[in-house]
Amino acid sequence: MSAKAEIEIIEEYCKGCSICVEFCPTKVLEMDAFVVKVANADACIACNQCELRCPDFAIKVHKL
Amino acid sequence: MAYDYEKSIRPGKLPHIWCPGCGHGIVMKGLIRAMDTCGLEKNNTAIVSGIGCASRLPGYMDFNTLHTAHGRAAAFATGIKMVKPEMTVICCGGDGDGTAIGGNHFIHACRRNIDMTYVIMNNYIYGMTGGQFSPCTPTGMKASTTPYGNPDPIFDISKLAIGAGATFVARTTSFHATQIDKLIAEGIKHKGMSVIEVLDDCPTSYGRRNKFRSVVDMMKRLKEVAVPVAAAAKMTDEQLEGKVLTGVLFKEERAEYTDQYAKLIARVQGA
Ligand SMILES: Cc1ncc(C[n+]2csc(CCOP(=O)(O)OP(=O)(O)O)c2C)c(N)n1
Ligand code: SF4
Ligand code: SF4
Ligand code: SF4
Repeated sequence: MSAKAEIEIIEEYCKGCSICVEFCPTKVLEMDAFVVKVANADACIACNQCELRCPDFAIKVHKL
Repeated sequence: MAYDYEKSIRPGKLPHIWCPGCGHGIVMKGLIRAMDTCGLEKNNTAIVSGIGCASRLPGYMDFNTLHTAHGRAAAFATGIKMVKPEMTVICCGGDGDGTAIGGNHFIHACRRNIDMTYVIMNNYIYGMTGGQFSPCTPTGMKASTTPYGNPDPIFDISKLAIGAGATFVARTTSFHATQIDKLIAEGIKHKGMSVIEVLDDCPTSYGRRNKFRSVVDMMKRLKEVAVPVAAAAKMTDEQLEGKVLTGVLFKEERAEYTDQYAKLIARVQGA
């Protein structure tokens, strides 16, 4: 499977709340200490849930 | 392309001060999308707040903004709308700001049906000052000032607004992210006093004290308790126990205050 979007994480804004990790339906994201990271880029279906729910403007979904 | 929120935010203001997981950031994103939907011009829009974590919101927004005294958002907003009726006026703040110290201004803005949109972020607590109970802290829940559980019944903000005379009243939650912008946009387009109550979460001052393991747990609770009005119409009182209605709860057309005031001036000056 190939990624449907490229996920951009703005590390200076991310507060590590893990909302995006929890609501990503395909487990693309993972916590890395206090900041989120893309762990499984290929699984992204570009659903936009992470960008929509992030309270900190810290994650962007760029559709491919 | 990712959604361009930055164009509505003052340069250099992010990251914001809200705690990890605080629902106010989710509401702010919804507000930005709603304002985009309505095509609001920066120079013709004012965003007004009182004091509290929720009331920090206007400081991030690249519009005309006022951060006023605790509870006084509706009063200052009324002043702006009276002087500049052509402006779109948006109020925002917390449950404490809007229904405790500011309760009086809130109900009288509703009574007058002045054309503004009030987004009230109800996280059931005074977040900023360390978690004292608010008029919206549910009975039995813990606040720093109710360590044995809150004995008081709550204000239902939406019902309060309807009772006081607001002509557009809607409720959603920070879990229902896309509904936030739809309802705020509908409120902005409505002529008269619009109140949008957004149930959101304060993990720091409310969640921890009430044994929520994470903000995600708090959001899942919001998902569980919310029932859309249409679905609720088919449910029994028993099934609705502990639920909160979401969607447009009330809407009517009624004479708007600044219009009536302009008519009064014309009549008196003409006489
Ligand atoms: C006149 C006055 N009284 C009390 C305070 C202290 N105070 C600051 S914010 C706040 C409550 C904020 O609660 P809420 O409006 O629910 O917003 P939240 O912080 O939960 O977002 C209080 C009591 C104040 N700033 N001014
Ligand atoms: S866009 Fe959807 S699938 Fe892709 S990372 Fe975000 S939540 Fe996961
Ligand atoms: S939702 Fe936002 S702030 Fe929270 S972990 Fe994900 S990117 Fe970071
Ligand atoms: S104290 Fe509560 S309301 Fe204030 S920023 Fe933190 S989580 Fe949000």
